Amino acid sequence: MSEKRVNKGNNIILKIENLQISFTQYERGLKQRTFQTVKGMDLEVSSGELTAVIGASGSGKSLLAHAVMGLLPYNASMSGEMYYCGEKLTKMRQEKLRGNEIVLVPQSLAYLDPLMKIGRQIKKNRKDEKINQRLADIFSRYHLKEEVAKQYPFELSGGMNRRILISTAMIENPRLVIADEPTPGLDLKSAKRVMEHFRELADMGAGVLLITHDLRLAIETADRIIVFHDGRTIDEAVPTDFQAENTLKHAYTKALWRAMPKNGFANESKNTDI
Amino acid sequence: MKNKTTGNRIAFIIRKLLRLALLLFVTSITSFVLMKASPIDPLQANVGQSALGTMSIEQIARLQAYWGVGGNPVKQYLGWAADFVRGDMGMSLLYHQAVSEVIAVRLQNSLVLMVTAWLLSGVLGLALGAAAGMNRGRWIDRGIKGYCLVISSTPAYWLAMLLLIVFGVWLKTFPVGLSVPIGVAAADVTFTERVQHFVLPALALSITGIAGIALHTREKMIEITESEYMLFARARGEKGWRLFWNHGFRNVLLPAITLQFASISEIFGGSVLVEQVFSYPGLGQAAVAAGLGSDMPLLMAVTIVSALFVFGGNMIADVLYGIVDPRIRKGGVGQ
Repeated sequence: MSEKRVNKGNNIILKIENLQISFTQYERGLKQRTFQTVKGMDLEVSSGELTAVIGASGSGKSLLAHAVMGLLPYNASMSGEMYYCGEKLTKMRQEKLRGNEIVLVPQSLAYLDPLMKIGRQIKKNRKDEKINQRLADIFSRYHLKEEVAKQYPFELSGGMNRRILISTAMIENPRLVIADEPTPGLDLKSAKRVMEHFRELADMGAGVLLITHDLRLAIETADRIIVFHDGRTIDEAVPTDFQAENTLKHAYTKALWRAMPKNGFANESKNTDI
Repeated sequence: MKNKTTGNRIAFIIRKLLRLALLLFVTSITSFVLMKASPIDPLQANVGQSALGTMSIEQIARLQAYWGVGGNPVKQYLGWAADFVRGDMGMSLLYHQAVSEVIAVRLQNSLVLMVTAWLLSGVLGLALGAAAGMNRGRWIDRGIKGYCLVISSTPAYWLAMLLLIVFGVWLKTFPVGLSVPIGVAAADVTFTERVQHFVLPALALSITGIAGIALHTREKMIEITESEYMLFARARGEKGWRLFWNHGFRNVLLPAITLQFASISEIFGGSVLVEQVFSYPGLGQAAVAAGLGSDMPLLMAVTIVSALFVFGGNMIADVLYGIVDPRIRKGGVGQ
């Protein structure tokens, strides 16, 4: 699947160099403790491409999304360089771009306001004719019924959730789409179908950054895969590299490869300890 | 479907009524027992030691019967209950009037005061609490929080006296007490005069009410700002007033409704002290007079009326919640 669409755009939308994120916490009284979650992350996202960052749950990979959007919690501090479209991504640019050129697609409906109707929420309460038209277009593209716009998040049926969440990205003019674990709990087939929507966004010229722990999904849908482990970017590969173990560079990536069901069943004795 | 919801509604009303009956029974028993256990001797309090000394044993016995001293408490309670249910709530021993009449006049005075304070503290408390919560840690939050903490730890009556001293005594902007000017016939009292008399007590009651509501709203607001949907809204570029209006206000409104109606009891409690300080002839003052003067029927009636108000407030909050929150409104009660 992925061979035919490698490197279409090649305009680098997002470039991150040596990103480090640490947290300060108070423990017992005034004693402060700092611990570093992200120790060195490098990555590039190009337009028209789907780049996957893969890492274990709780490895801090979600912080990447928050760092790019400028939404790290108040007790976090960050260093390293971030460039958006070749220019440094400053706090001011982040505030200007987020929700507009840089969009986030969240994990679940919990990220929607429980008391605001879907339509208004996707439109961010904007009311002009243009945005209404746009919403109608998106709804027909995603086969969502009109009355869904008048429903509250709790009324939605499971099948629609993803499409609604992606609609929040679609209604803007995104050049960078960050999808933080967008397919939780979905089987591979449904997850791949969801990923097609992201592929569409990439085909429209956006750079898509997929943050996930699902290696199989990344292999099946991404153009490039960046492996994140222990706070660092340790490997970068294209999906075809995952066809055999010896085309992979890093030991951890190899271990990941072996942990996949289709390979794991053959090599169980070798991979018990990743 | 329709039948089911109607059935649910009837069941809901019946449940509430049963609960109300139980509540009134328990409140009346409790206040009756407390009244009986009170160390105040009704005769000494109302007739005076010196007058009692000059009276014959028969006269004293008659007074004892009037004030309910030494009778069978069970019989007294049942007697009171019969009077109460009959409709006029019995006779007030202090005012020699039907309790219902005393309460009607007092309640009118108090209601103006309490409703004003209730609305004022609700609206301002919500606004201040929301502003503080949205701007957590900034100077505006610190200012509001500081104010609320100081006021929360200030007794209402002390604040009332402070207002009295500043505005009543020093600045002479407002009268020092009562609900109407002294020496003026009731018919001649102007509207402005009534307002002038009620500004200070209403102010005292509002200022103390605001603090509690603002602190609670602030907590809720902070919870909301830390929610995932707020994070996502910020990720979508919403900020400042729009972020608050679209998501913060909507979500803080629900707990605010509960708070607002729960605060009825606090306003009621506060009014007892504040009315006392300003000699404002309201329900609260009647409660104090009845308590100190051993006017059992009056005190019981005041207690029951307050219980009714608090219960009614909570019930309105319950019902409003179902109307305002789409999750309850559309989810249905029976599910």
